[in-house]
Amino acid sequence: MKRIALTELNSLFASINERMNLFIPANDESGQSHFTKWHDGLPLSRNLNTVRSAKDAFFPQVENLMGFKVNGKQIELTGMGDEVEDFAFFGVRACDAKSFEILDRVFLMEPADTYCEKRRNNCTVISLACSRPSETCFCTTFGIDPASPKGDVTCWIKGDFLYWEPNTDKGNELTNVLSVLSDCDDTEVNSAKEEIHQITERLPLKELNLSSFGPGKTKALFDRPEWKTLSEACLGCGTCTFVCPTCQCYDIEEFANGDSVKRFRCWDSCMYSDFTMMSAGQPRPTQTERFRQRFMHKLVYFPDNNDGTYSCVGCGRCLRKCPVHLNIVKVIKTLEEVAE
Amino acid sequence: MQGVKEKALELLSSGKVQRVLGWKTGEFFYDLTPAVFESTAEIESDFVYNVFSGANLSKYLIKESKKEGKIAVFLKPCDSFSFVQLQKEHRINRENIYAVGVQCDGKCDGESLRALGLEGLLSVDGEETLTVHTLYGDKTIEKKDALLGKCKTCKSKKIASFDEIIGEQGEDLESGRFEEIKKLEAMTPDERFSFWQGELSKCIRCNACRNVCPACSCEKCVFDNPASGVQNKAVADSFEEKLFHIIRAFHVTARCTDCGECSRVCPQNIPLHLLNRKFIKDINELYGTYQAGADMQSRPPLMDFSFDDPECSEVLAKGGNGK
Repeated sequence: MKRIALTELNSLFASINERMNLFIPANDESGQSHFTKWHDGLPLSRNLNTVRSAKDAFFPQVENLMGFKVNGKQIELTGMGDEVEDFAFFGVRACDAKSFEILDRVFLMEPADTYCEKRRNNCTVISLACSRPSETCFCTTFGIDPASPKGDVTCWIKGDFLYWEPNTDKGNELTNVLSVLSDCDDTEVNSAKEEIHQITERLPLKELNLSSFGPGKTKALFDRPEWKTLSEACLGCGTCTFVCPTCQCYDIEEFANGDSVKRFRCWDSCMYSDFTMMSAGQPRPTQTERFRQRFMHKLVYFPDNNDGTYSCVGCGRCLRKCPVHLNIVKVIKTLEEVAE
Repeated sequence: MQGVKEKALELLSSGKVQRVLGWKTGEFFYDLTPAVFESTAEIESDFVYNVFSGANLSKYLIKESKKEGKIAVFLKPCDSFSFVQLQKEHRINRENIYAVGVQCDGKCDGESLRALGLEGLLSVDGEETLTVHTLYGDKTIEKKDALLGKCKTCKSKKIASFDEIIGEQGEDLESGRFEEIKKLEAMTPDERFSFWQGELSKCIRCNACRNVCPACSCEKCVFDNPASGVQNKAVADSFEEKLFHIIRAFHVTARCTDCGECSRVCPQNIPLHLLNRKFIKDINELYGTYQAGADMQSRPPLMDFSFDDPECSEVLAKGGNGK
């Protein structure tokens, strides 16, 4: 276990940034935080979480896949993806750290998505325990411990210090070169964990009943009449999917410019009317089907195909950001209450 | 507010309407959802009108008023302007609607409370002075500090159209809402460009602003149409976002009632209403004061011609020369 005084955080960030591009949660003018490229003096946000999740690190909203140029009968490749240097994401919360495992199941399963794999390999994840969880947090429902987030390094803030513990080879490698850190014992971290657990005990959504969901529940849930009323107010915007750390759907499109083409992928949303459009048209003609798709994917289809792992980490971003306050908790509770 | 739920119950149980459009209680005290109620039991248990009923319900009437039977809707003053504008554009079927105006003295939401530094919101007491009970202790705040952005510059307490009103009819207010625009106008072109560049580059194209906007009522938006060639789900560069937002602002010009929902719903806190409000101010100055949705009779300035209309040269003289 290592530590550094909070007043010295800037020098810690500077040391990390000397070795790799560092991103930290920083506040914008409106007080919301975003993972931001660190520069000297940029302070760490004390907000619980960023508006957008840390999935941006591996799965950016827009990513160049390839370019080609046509010259007569010749096609010339002009680039395969973006250059990715080594980088570190600092301040990743337990929910987002868990979301990486979920994204890996999609992107790194054979054959691996090399674009995502490259970013994953080049990134050092430095997670940060949640000292002040919110009423919208329900990571504990999915077995996540906000006091012990995963990652190459785990950090805690307690009193006037940031505590630092490496968990992986990558984490050790980085720790070994950070001379600004000094050794300490784990007494303070244990008491920090204890305090966090005392708060999570009081969270209103700490233990949602998931018994209606999981593998094999498709038939029982698919035609439930509640989908219609649940989705009635849905605006069909993509906010929930875009702030979600586990939503991983994308579209591949092209910018064509006379003789050259840039092929890119970009986030897509199952809430959109042209999502997975096929030659025969839109397979989910109304918002009810689109809405159902999102929650069935997270709570039934994904667990069906991934050993029971739910594709939700309880970060609560959709609870905060849905313009009309529809969210996965309301879906879980509605479909749970009337279940057997 | 007293009497709103009672009115919903009365309208439904008397058979005057078959459905009621209102706000439904949520998981917490602040996360109300627009909802259609079809039984008095549903109203008894879930209907609520309070300081968190910020969502504008009028756009739901496009869909709801096409259905069989009559629906009652509760409209705050700002919502009622959208309601009139939708009627004016023949987007809703007025005969199928029973409109109840409800007075409002400003709304809050979870995010507006969090912006004051409150975390772990559990419950709230009070009306003007709010005591918010949180996981980290009780905090007392003034409601006026926690208002939604759109409520801080409320333009009118007048209910523009209604079948009945609960509470008093109100008046237009001196909102000072153009002060924010004057600040933008006072910037140099470079400053203004970098302001909008900074704000619009935060956009994640979730389309919440467009989908919540009562003036955005196209059956199929050009940006959703794969055959349009401008669908661009992705950004080639930050110009793409300007394109989307500026086209949208132009498209709703003189139809935007300044209801402020676009900025309320933006997950990235982009002050989108400023684009629309700038156009409102320009129209007021060029064509005379005009409020979209204030009445059914007036001709929208951009759909009208009069010999007094400003000439291009006047527009140019006001700075409309590309700078």
